[in-house]
Amino acid sequence: MLNNKGRPTQPTTQSEPDVSIDTFTGNKGLELESPLIFEQGVPGRVGVDMADPEPVKSRLGGLERKGPIGLPDLSEPQVLRHFVRLSRQNYAIDAGFYPLGSCTMKHNPRINEKVARLAGLGDLHPMQPTSTVQGALELINSLAHWLKTITGMPAVAMSPAAGAHGELCGVMAIRAAHEAKGESRTRILVPESAHGTNPATAALCGYKVDSVPARKDGRMDMDAFAEKLGPDVAGVMLTNPNTCGLFETDVKKIADMVHEVGGYFYCDGANLNAILGRVRPGDLGVDAMHINLHKTFSTPHGGGGPGAGPVVLSDALAPFAPIPFVTHGENGFDLVEQKSGAAAQSFGRMKGYHGQMGMFIRALAYMQSHGADGLRQIAEDAVLNANYIRVGLQDKLNSPFSGICMHEALFDDSTLKGTGVTTLDLAKAMIDEGYHPMTMYFPLVVHGAMLIEPTESESRQTLDQFIGAMRHLLDKATAGETEYFLSAPLFAPRRRLDETGAARNPVLRWVSPEATDNEDASLSAAS
Amino acid sequence: MSYKFTEDHEWVLLEGDVATIGISDYAQGQLGDVVYVEVPTVGDEIAKGDELAVVESVKAASEVYSPVSGEIIDVNTELEGAPTMVNEDAMEGGWFAKIRVTNSADLDDLMDEATYKTFVEGLDE
Amino acid sequence: MRYMPHTPNEREEMLAKIGIGSIDDLFTDIPEEARLGGLLDLPLHESEMVVEKNFRKLAAKNLSPYSVPCFLGAGAYQHHVPSVADHIIQRSEFLTSYTPYQPEISQGTLQALFEFQTQVALITGMEVANASMYDGATSCAEAVLMACRVTRRKKAVISGNLHPHYRDVTHTTLQFTEFETIDLPPAVTVEERFDDYINSDIACVVVQNPDFFGRLDDLTALADKCHDAGALLVVVVNEVVSLGAVKSPGEMGADIVAGEGQSIGVPLSFGGPYVGLLATRQKFVRQMPGRLCGQTVDQNGKRGFVLTLSTREQHIRREKATSNICTNAGLCSLAFTIHMSLLGESGLTKLASLNHSQAVILAEKLEELEGVELLNTSFFNEFTIRLPMNATTAIEKLGEKGILGGVPVSRLIPDDPDMANLLLVAATETCTTSDMDEFVAALKEVL
Repeated sequence: MLNNKGRPTQPTTQSEPDVSIDTFTGNKGLELESPLIFEQGVPGRVGVDMADPEPVKSRLGGLERKGPIGLPDLSEPQVLRHFVRLSRQNYAIDAGFYPLGSCTMKHNPRINEKVARLAGLGDLHPMQPTSTVQGALELINSLAHWLKTITGMPAVAMSPAAGAHGELCGVMAIRAAHEAKGESRTRILVPESAHGTNPATAALCGYKVDSVPARKDGRMDMDAFAEKLGPDVAGVMLTNPNTCGLFETDVKKIADMVHEVGGYFYCDGANLNAILGRVRPGDLGVDAMHINLHKTFSTPHGGGGPGAGPVVLSDALAPFAPIPFVTHGENGFDLVEQKSGAAAQSFGRMKGYHGQMGMFIRALAYMQSHGADGLRQIAEDAVLNANYIRVGLQDKLNSPFSGICMHEALFDDSTLKGTGVTTLDLAKAMIDEGYHPMTMYFPLVVHGAMLIEPTESESRQTLDQFIGAMRHLLDKATAGETEYFLSAPLFAPRRRLDETGAARNPVLRWVSPEATDNEDASLSAAS
Repeated sequence: MSYKFTEDHEWVLLEGDVATIGISDYAQGQLGDVVYVEVPTVGDEIAKGDELAVVESVKAASEVYSPVSGEIIDVNTELEGAPTMVNEDAMEGGWFAKIRVTNSADLDDLMDEATYKTFVEGLDE
Repeated sequence: MRYMPHTPNEREEMLAKIGIGSIDDLFTDIPEEARLGGLLDLPLHESEMVVEKNFRKLAAKNLSPYSVPCFLGAGAYQHHVPSVADHIIQRSEFLTSYTPYQPEISQGTLQALFEFQTQVALITGMEVANASMYDGATSCAEAVLMACRVTRRKKAVISGNLHPHYRDVTHTTLQFTEFETIDLPPAVTVEERFDDYINSDIACVVVQNPDFFGRLDDLTALADKCHDAGALLVVVVNEVVSLGAVKSPGEMGADIVAGEGQSIGVPLSFGGPYVGLLATRQKFVRQMPGRLCGQTVDQNGKRGFVLTLSTREQHIRREKATSNICTNAGLCSLAFTIHMSLLGESGLTKLASLNHSQAVILAEKLEELEGVELLNTSFFNEFTIRLPMNATTAIEKLGEKGILGGVPVSRLIPDDPDMANLLLVAATETCTTSDMDEFVAALKEVL
């Protein structure tokens, strides 16, 4: 069909072109490449207008920089276009299903972004007199109240900057508590299915990590645990629900047993989403637990941060909480910033200033939006969705542990055995279907693990389509279409990347071509 | 003078009182593409069972434990620039360190080549 | 609830498909006595409109420093953040993506990280930088741990003019390790002497430049002394705009630079989230903490980027990792990269020059006040003055006049009578001549 200007209005039927052909620009329609920012500069371009400095006598003490820095000069539209183009090479929860197990990729409401940017909240200086930031301190205090109520714990340390930082806070409080009693304990028990941050944190606190194996049903082996307990055990670090997506049914017994030998119970709260409003960790004997605000309370992951990891504490550990913290008295809110008075036993300061305020604002907005009723609904829908996926795939994939799961469904790779297709290959084929792959090869205790966490944000239609796509791919794999998987992904901005090459010969920064000619010798000599 | 093996897949070649240590061809195959080898420092004393080296692939780091006690007298610095040697020539060019052995009895409980071969075959089943 | 799609009907159908009768059947693994029967003692859900109102009320109880003359610094600086930076970091693809573990669909984040690492390396004069830490203070602590690993030594010498939060975080981080610090006292007006402390037991010396009191020092000789003793020099920079004007730490011989990147692209946000910088020499890269992005090629030979050298990290190395860090400051590092791209060479140089000239003008005005003494012989955009009265009292009185007149040193170094009258004053491109005049006039009245 041609319109009256002689232009075709319908695609004409032709033979399929080869999709792998390269275009002149390297772009493919809406898939737009952008060279490195350093390859786009023209000296003298300006991206920020500002006043000319008044001529003054330098007070830099003779420390003036002499040579150039090497940054490129660009205009504002160039920079904007560059980063817009880059953004379009990213997958995102806003764009599609992101079932990354143990990462809780849920909807990130935009009201949270809006209120975090309000004048008087987002632009406060941390060293303003406390009389000028009463609203900010009230906000921190209010978030602390929500966190304590949700977890049923009496105290909370707000300053840790992320989950692993929260673990450090919790284990330091444990060590400080033992030392205050004049005890020097040496071991921390950690289940072998734990996140790598657990043993790394325990090691940084000077503890020897003693690994506890899992039982056949995916929970911690209670016999092995009992055997390893002793007067030299400082505590146990247990993720609950655990990394296999299961609730540790013996959790109260674990708490009692570790308390009996004088140790403390650290709970990794990475998976709190599954139990919001259904059970409070404080009722399970927990002494310390970090809360990833960027998981459970939807502060955006931002491509890998920033996070926030407040730590709720039992009465036994509360005196050792890090500084600073907010207090409330007759003259309103105040900050305890030094290790004295109310903070005499504090184990110290963990980061500059008062914590991840920007994340606090977003998390509190999220909690207020949900309320007590919505929080409980989160856990219910998250667990419902995970079980819906588990059942939807159970005849195609093997669950290493039977029965109801919590917020995530775990499968092993036994279906793929003998197909020549690995969990990784399957994941790359999922990319072509428009999904972000699930968490793979974690927990380490399951062969070729696939950990799928749908969260409460997903509709039944999304889940049905996902289940359909997975079944389709698994059928393809077992039907011997190995080549399809080995070549995936075909439709992503990049094909599979050479990670071995990247690690053998690390190129961690751009170097200007001129510098490469002149300084190559010096840079490689340094390595 | 012949190769001896540990159950952790290290090999030892004793010449006089100097033991050369590496990992077996089977081990390099299991590790996949080696991207880096962290070798010990010459002059350090090492005890049997201590960490001698770390072999890294993209997604894993494996510790290599010393099968003997003694002083580190030489390390394979070429591995820094060419970690692929561990994959390509595990039993010779891919050696990690040479140790002046304090007690040659350390080698007594190690496997000879034939026993190790049987041991590895057992693992693959 | 607007964020959750299921209708009651759909929930019923899904339960049936799973083969259970009720939602409660999903939670039977929880010990019965601990299960919550009713709702938590918290308010019920609210509409977006109500939530927004709640936060506006809280905001109204604070004094926005952008609405008044503001001279606050002490490690966090008020700068103008270009609107492009805040716009881009709110794009869904950057805001709502996870750590780029699947490089084929994360090239946006990865390329931006590669650009970030390059920018940080360039401004600090170092060979390589990582993909960011939580903030400057934690970066400083990690730098000390790293120096101990590199040198296989156990003691770090800490300058008395290091930001007290950085020193405290370093203490906290090291307290249960085999490593220890030797802490020098603050040296406000005299030159700090390290010679007596540098020997073959020392892993590193940690100094800040400009230091906590705003002073600039040439660290070249100190670097040489460290190197002669086999120790490393760790240089902390918490006002990165200064690097547009002053000699870089790399040029002076630094081995590790630990920095706070907040000044570029990141809002003040009451102290966090910020972006920690960590840069070093290529030969130390395997001892570096945190994520690293590296360049490589894909199957078709196209340039691409991946997270690399991850065998250093906790998810692989577990208790033997270089650090327990997992999350970094992703989005803040992106804001930094965008702002730095907008500035470029000429912009960063000009911004630095503008900051310095504003500070010089303000210092000259303050010096003219009777009883006020400028303690710095050199400075960039922040300096220390001694008042003829308690600085905290002065600040409170200035606050009543709607002026945020600086940070009393005693807030960070308490219980030291020598510090009671000292005030840190910062001037950036955001303060105008009339801001300065208002401040000087108000201070004159207060004194």
